[in-house]
Amino acid sequence: MKILVVDDEADVQPLFLQRFRKEIKNHEIEFSFAQSGEEALQYLEEKHSEVVLILSDINMPGMSGIELLDHIRHDYNMPPPPVVMMITAYGDDENYRQAMDKGADDFLTKPLDFNLLKEKLKTISA
Amino acid sequence: MHIFVFLATFLLITRVRKSLKFSPVYPKWDRPLQLASFAVAGLWLLCAIYLEDEVSNLLGGALLLATMAYMQKQPDFKSFDVLIFAHYPLVFTAILNGILELVIPKVYNKYDNFLESAQLVAFGWIFARVATSKKQREEIRRINERRSELEELVAERTAELTRQKNELQGTLKELQATQAQLIQQEKLASLGELTAGIAHEIQNPLNFVNNFSEVSMELIDEMAEELAKGDTDEAIAIATDIKNNMEKIRHHGKRADGIVKGMLQHSRASSNVKEPTNINTIADEYFRLAYHGLRAKDKSFNAELVANLDPNLPVINIVSQDVGRVLLNMFTNAFYAVHDKKKTAGPDFKPRVEVSTSMIQTVSGGVHSIRIVVKDNGSGIPDAIKDKIMQPFFTTKPAGEGTGLGLSLSYDIIVKAHKGKIDIDSKEGEGTEFVITLPV
Repeated sequence: MKILVVDDEADVQPLFLQRFRKEIKNHEIEFSFAQSGEEALQYLEEKHSEVVLILSDINMPGMSGIELLDHIRHDYNMPPPPVVMMITAYGDDENYRQAMDKGADDFLTKPLDFNLLKEKLKTISA
Repeated sequence: MHIFVFLATFLLITRVRKSLKFSPVYPKWDRPLQLASFAVAGLWLLCAIYLEDEVSNLLGGALLLATMAYMQKQPDFKSFDVLIFAHYPLVFTAILNGILELVIPKVYNKYDNFLESAQLVAFGWIFARVATSKKQREEIRRINERRSELEELVAERTAELTRQKNELQGTLKELQATQAQLIQQEKLASLGELTAGIAHEIQNPLNFVNNFSEVSMELIDEMAEELAKGDTDEAIAIATDIKNNMEKIRHHGKRADGIVKGMLQHSRASSNVKEPTNINTIADEYFRLAYHGLRAKDKSFNAELVANLDPNLPVINIVSQDVGRVLLNMFTNAFYAVHDKKKTAGPDFKPRVEVSTSMIQTVSGGVHSIRIVVKDNGSGIPDAIKDKIMQPFFTTKPAGEGTGLGLSLSYDIIVKAHKGKIDIDSKEGEGTEFVITLPV
């Protein structure tokens, strides 16, 4: 299962890689990273068919996660549509409502609960 | 002829006595002068009865001269100098006539008409002098009166001015206190703007600290497993990861630490101590804080942040929290402007705020000054208010949202305290560019 993680903080990358160490080693999960919405779209341009799940931060400089979500739902929504989970440090209603309106599948708040995330991944891959 | 000299003496004494009537020395001189005038009258009577005219003239002349000499020695009669002096011609003619008549009567008789006229003229001279000196005295008195009036006026004005000066000094002190208060308020207001940004900026590194330490604990368990299995290569790989994680924990801990320190510095009353500072560090820090501050307040806000910071920038001596406040103010303004434009502009508008730093070099290749440019593609500043934006209390924000002190304090900090300058280039509807130049 290919997962694209979009976050402007570069340090989320080793974090994901280590948290899913076993899964990566067993080739259950493969991670790709983008540090901005723009970079994520570039990546999707070529590999959107491979990506099963997109985890995106909302609050990023430039294109926000919500805008990225909008693009994904418009341009890369051919079946099966990718699962998109939004992540934000601001877990408020407005953010949640916006994300859900634009077609997010789930809404996670920082700090990420990786155990919870793993549970969710299991239901997706199943 | 001798009557004139006696009469003159009598009149002199009487006049002096009369003139002293309202002076404080009158009680002292009233009786003696009255007696003196009686004495003169008595002497004249005796001379008229018993002595020849020429002898009487001589005696009278001597008497007048003595009277004058005595009066001139008295400090109380200082003001009668002119009057006393006016008697000299009469003394001279009286004594001359007396001597001539007594010693060479022939000559005297030959010129007696002329000599007697001279004595008469000398007598008349006294009255002429008295009349003019009276006029002069009157004039002097008037001038003195006017002068004392003026002095009174001056004293009055001086008192008024002193009172006003004290009042103004009091007001100035109040104003200075108010100014200090306002500056502190502005600092707190901008701290308020920062709070959300700070919370976000601290939360992020804290998340990393928590996440990396959690994952490291898991990794250690895994490492133990691998060691138990005897797979040392894998155990070593895990150990390297753990070490990297520790490094990241430290890095993010320091990041949070720096933000808290910066926040404390921002709210603290300025120490005004210039310290070697890297402009890039504070520019980057406040750029993010301002962005997240606004972002936290208004969820719909977003902008592209571009930082072009010259890595070769030398450190410069500045009061870093003051310059940081200036930058924060400019960033906040820039974000406000792009946000403002986004409300009216179409969906194609991409809000963009850019900060760049660069060096201005001297001819010889040294660094002359540092330039910080804060550029936005926001709503711009209308020409009508361009002159006013640096004025204290001028704000375009709704009441209660801005103190109107941001730019005027920025001006004070950059121009007055750091001898730098602020240039503004703005086109309404297109964007604004603030250029701060700081000498090295």
